[in-house]
Amino acid sequence: MNEALIRTIFGRLTLDSFPITEPIVLWTFVVVALLGIALLGAVTYFRLWGYLWKEWFTSVDHKKIGVMYLVLGIVMLLRGFSDALMMRGQQAVAFGPNQGYLPPEHYDQIFSAHGTIMIFFVAIPLVVGIVNFVMPLQIGARDVAFPFLNNLSFWLTVAGAILVMASLFVGEFARTGWLSYVPLAERQYSPDTGVDYYLWSLEIAGIGTTLSSINMVATIIKMRAPGMTMMKMPVFTWTALCSNVLAIAVFPILTAAFGLLLLDRYVGTNFFTNDNGGNPMMYWNLVWMWGHPEVYVLILPVFGIYSEITSTFTGKRLFGYSSMVYATVVITILSYLVWLHHFFTMGSGADVNSFFGIATMVIAIPTGAKIFNWLFTMYRGEIRYEIPMMWVVAFMLTFTVGGMTGVLLAIPPADFVLHNSLFLVAHFHNVIIGGVIFGLFAGMYYWFPKAFGFKLDPFWSKVAFWGWVIGYWLAWTPIYIVGLMGVPRRVNHIDDVSLQPYFVLAAIGAVIILIGILGFVMSIVMAIVKREQLKDTTGDPWDGRTLEWSTSSPPPPYNFAFTPMVHGLDAWYDMKSRGYTRPLGGYRPIHMPRNTASGVILSGLAFVFGFAMIWYIWWLAALSLIGLFVVGIGHTFNYNRDYFVPSEEVERIEAARSHLLGKATGA
Amino acid sequence: MSASDANLDAALHSHGDTHGHGSTRGYIVGFVLSVVLTAVPFWLVMTGVLPGMVATALIIFALALVQILVHVVFFLHLDTRSEGGWTLIAFIFTAVIVVIAIAGSIWIMYHLNTNMMPMPPGTISDGM
Amino acid sequence: MATTELSPADADVTWHLAEQESHDHGGNGATMIGFWIYLMSDALIFAALFATFGVLSTAYAGGPGPREVFELPLVAVNTGLLLVSSLTYGLGMLAMERGQAGAVRLWLVVTALFGLGFIGIELYEFSHLIAEGSGPQRSAFLSAFFALVGTHGAHVTFGLIWIAVMLVQIGMHGLILENKRRLMCLSMFWHFLDIVWIGVFTFVYLFGVIR
Repeated sequence: MNEALIRTIFGRLTLDSFPITEPIVLWTFVVVALLGIALLGAVTYFRLWGYLWKEWFTSVDHKKIGVMYLVLGIVMLLRGFSDALMMRGQQAVAFGPNQGYLPPEHYDQIFSAHGTIMIFFVAIPLVVGIVNFVMPLQIGARDVAFPFLNNLSFWLTVAGAILVMASLFVGEFARTGWLSYVPLAERQYSPDTGVDYYLWSLEIAGIGTTLSSINMVATIIKMRAPGMTMMKMPVFTWTALCSNVLAIAVFPILTAAFGLLLLDRYVGTNFFTNDNGGNPMMYWNLVWMWGHPEVYVLILPVFGIYSEITSTFTGKRLFGYSSMVYATVVITILSYLVWLHHFFTMGSGADVNSFFGIATMVIAIPTGAKIFNWLFTMYRGEIRYEIPMMWVVAFMLTFTVGGMTGVLLAIPPADFVLHNSLFLVAHFHNVIIGGVIFGLFAGMYYWFPKAFGFKLDPFWSKVAFWGWVIGYWLAWTPIYIVGLMGVPRRVNHIDDVSLQPYFVLAAIGAVIILIGILGFVMSIVMAIVKREQLKDTTGDPWDGRTLEWSTSSPPPPYNFAFTPMVHGLDAWYDMKSRGYTRPLGGYRPIHMPRNTASGVILSGLAFVFGFAMIWYIWWLAALSLIGLFVVGIGHTFNYNRDYFVPSEEVERIEAARSHLLGKATGA
Repeated sequence: MSASDANLDAALHSHGDTHGHGSTRGYIVGFVLSVVLTAVPFWLVMTGVLPGMVATALIIFALALVQILVHVVFFLHLDTRSEGGWTLIAFIFTAVIVVIAIAGSIWIMYHLNTNMMPMPPGTISDGM
Repeated sequence: MATTELSPADADVTWHLAEQESHDHGGNGATMIGFWIYLMSDALIFAALFATFGVLSTAYAGGPGPREVFELPLVAVNTGLLLVSSLTYGLGMLAMERGQAGAVRLWLVVTALFGLGFIGIELYEFSHLIAEGSGPQRSAFLSAFFALVGTHGAHVTFGLIWIAVMLVQIGMHGLILENKRRLMCLSMFWHFLDIVWIGVFTFVYLFGVIR
C-alpha cells in the first residue's frame, strides 16, 4: 500500500509503536490482556452486561457514581503502586557498577506515570468518590444538583485514565515528570507521543474534575435540607465545599497551561520555548498556581473524614466546630498565596521568596488548630478503637511529621539545599500517604457498610492498616535521611554504594505496603464472602451523628422517603436523642432523574479524540470532534429526563426496611 | 401573561431563585454608559491627547473597571439578593483569585525575568 | 434504641417535610447558580491567558510589536458590534419575560448577526496577520495574542452555535420552562464574553498601542 495513504490513515502509529522488543512491557501486556479477557469473558458468561449498563454505567445516582469512582481509584492504585515497586526495586540494586534493570529512558516514564496516576487517577477519584457518595446524604438531599453532569464527569475521568493506561502498550508515556517539565516537554526535545498522552489525558480528565466540582458546590449551596444552615452542616460537608471551591478556581489554570503547551507542540507557538521570546518559567508559575491548591483539594475532605470519625468514635460532638470551619476557610484562602514555594530556586530573588516562604509557614497554623481540635475531642471521650479510629491515630502521628518537614522546606535557604532532593519526595509522600491515603482508608472502612449493607472484614482491614503504617515508616524514613545527605530525586542509579542499605530498607518497606494493599483487597473479598455475618441491618452500625446514618444500608435510590428537617448540628444525633420516630406511611411519589447513555458516549468520543490527536490521525480527530458536538447538542434535545417513583414503590421499599429493623431490634 | 405562564414563572423563581430582571430602561442605560466608557479610551489612545503613557494607561484601566461593573449591574443584574447572596460571593471570590493570578504572575515573572533571562551572547563565558 | 419520656418541647418537633416539594416542573433550582459558577471557572481560564499575555507582551523576538499589527479602528468597530449584541440579547430576554416567543427569536437572530460580524472581522484580522508573517508562531507576544483573543473568539463561536440551537428548540417547544432556563444561561454567557472583551480591548489593544 502507498506510504502516504498509510500515514494518512494511521498518523504516526506504526508497528514499532507496540513494545514487542521490550520484555517487561510485553509480558505486562500479556498478563493484562489475559486478565482483561477473563474478566470480560466472565461478565459475558454470567450475562451481566445488561445489568452493568442499566444499573451502573448509565446511572446518574450519586451513590453509584461514587462507588464507580472508588473502583477506578483502587484499580489505578494497583497500577501506580506497581510503578512504585519497580522504582524501589531499581533503586535497591543500582549502585556503583550495577546499572539495575531499568535504563533511564524507561525509569523516567515510570516515575512520570507513577506521579500522574497517583494524583490524577487515584487520589482525585477516591476523594471525589467519597464526597459524591456521602455529601448528598449528609445534607439530606436526594442527589446532586446536576446528576447527568455527575455521570459525565466520571466517564471523562475514566477516558483520561484509559489514555494513560494505553500509553503503556501503544507508544510511550511522558518522561518529563508528573507535571511535565518544560522546555524538556516541548516538541523539539520530546517529539514522541509521551507528553501528548500526558497532556490529552489530563485535559480530558481535568474537564471532568472541574464539572464535578461545580456540581458539588451547587449541590451544597442549593440542596441542603430545610433547617440546615451553613453552620449546621456537618464538618465533612464544609470541607467538601471548600475543597471543591478550590478545585473550581484552579483547575482552569491547569487547563490553560496544558492548553498552551499543546499549542506549542502542535501549532508551533512560543509560550514556553527557549527561543522566539518564549518563557519556560511562566509554565511553572501557572502549573504550580494549580499544583499547590490541588494538594489542599485532596487533604481538606480527608480532614473532614477525620472529624466525622473522631466525633463518632469518641461519642462526643466535635470540639470547636466553629474554629474547624474557620480553619478550613482560612486554609482554603491561604492555599492561593503560597504556590511559589515549589520553585524557590528558580531565581525570583529574596523579596518574592520571603513573601511566599512566610505565607507557607502561616498555613501550618490553621492546620495545627485542626489537630488540636481532634485531640480535644478525644480528651475525656469514650474512645472506641475500631479500625477507622486506628487510622485517625496513625494519621495524627504520621502526618504531623510531614507537616513539620513542610515547614522546614518552607524556609527558602533550607529549600535551596533540599529542593528536588529525596527529602522533598519523602515530605510529600509523608503528607499524602499519612494524610490523604490513611484518611481515605479510614473513610472507606467507615462508609463501606452504608454503601453495601455489610462491613469490611475486620481482620484483613487490620492487615491492611498495619501493612500501610509499618510499611510507610520503613519505606520513607530512610528516604528522608538520604535526602538530607543530598541524594536527588528521579535518578535511576547512584554511585555511592554506602547508601545502598537505606534503599534496601526502603524497598522492604514498599513490600510491606504491598501487603497492606493486598490486605485491603482481601478485606473486600472476604467481606463479600462473609457478608451475612458482617451485615448492617440498622443502617447505623457505628452510632453515627450525621444524616447519612438515618437511611438504610444501602440507602434506597431516593435516599430519603421524606426530606428531613434539621434542627441542630449533628442532625441524626439530634434526632435520636430527641425521640424521633421513623414515619411509616403517607408516602408521596418521588421525583428522580433518569439514567442516560450520553455520558459514556461523550467520554468514549473524547477518548477517541485524544488518541487520534496523540497519534496525528487527523481524520479520526475531526470525526470524533464533530461526533462530540453532535452527541452533546443532541443530548440537549432530550427534554424527557426525569420520572416519578410511585408512592406504592416507596411504600414497598420502606416496608422492607421496617421489616429489617424489626428483626434487628427483635421486635 | 396567561395563567400557565404565571405558574411557569413561579416555578422558575421557586426555591429561592432571586435573579434580577432587567428593564428596557436598564439595558439602554447600561448600553449608553458602555458606549461612552468604550469611546473615551479609544479616543484617548487614538488621538494621544494626554501627555505621557502612564496617565493614559491609568485612566483607561479605571474606565475598563467601571465598564465591567456597568455590565455586571445592568446586563447581568448582579445584586446582593441573587441566590441568597451566593452569586455575589462567587463573583467577589473569583475577582480576588483573578487579581492574585494576574498580579502575582506579573510580579513573580518580572523578578524571574530580571534575574534569570538569557543574556546576550558573549556576556558570560560558554559552557554553562 | 431505648425510648424515654419525651419532653413536651421534643414531642412537637417536626422531623420531616410532610409535603413533597412539587418538582413537577422539573429541576431543583440550581441551574442558575451552577452556570454562574461555571462562568467563574471560565473567568479563571481567561485569567491565566491574560496573565500569560501580560508576561509575554513584550517578547517580540525581533518581530512586529503591537503598533505594527493592531488596527485600532477595526477593533473599535468590533467592540461596538459585540456591545450592540449584548443590548439586543438583553432586549430578547425582556421579550422572554413577556412570553413572546417570536420576538425572542427575532432578537436572537439579530444578536447572532452582530456576533457573526464580530467573528468575521476577527477572522479577517487573524488571516491578515498570518498572511504577512505575523502568525502565532512568530513570537511569544503573538502566540499569547492569538491564544487569548482566539480563545475569546472560540467562546463567541460556541455562543453562536448555542443561539442556533435555541432558535430550533424554541421553534419546537416554545418558551417552556427548560428553554427559558437555557436562555437565561446563554444570557449570562453572552454578557460574560462582552466583559472579557472589555479586558481584551483595554489590556491587549489599547495598552499595546500606547506602550
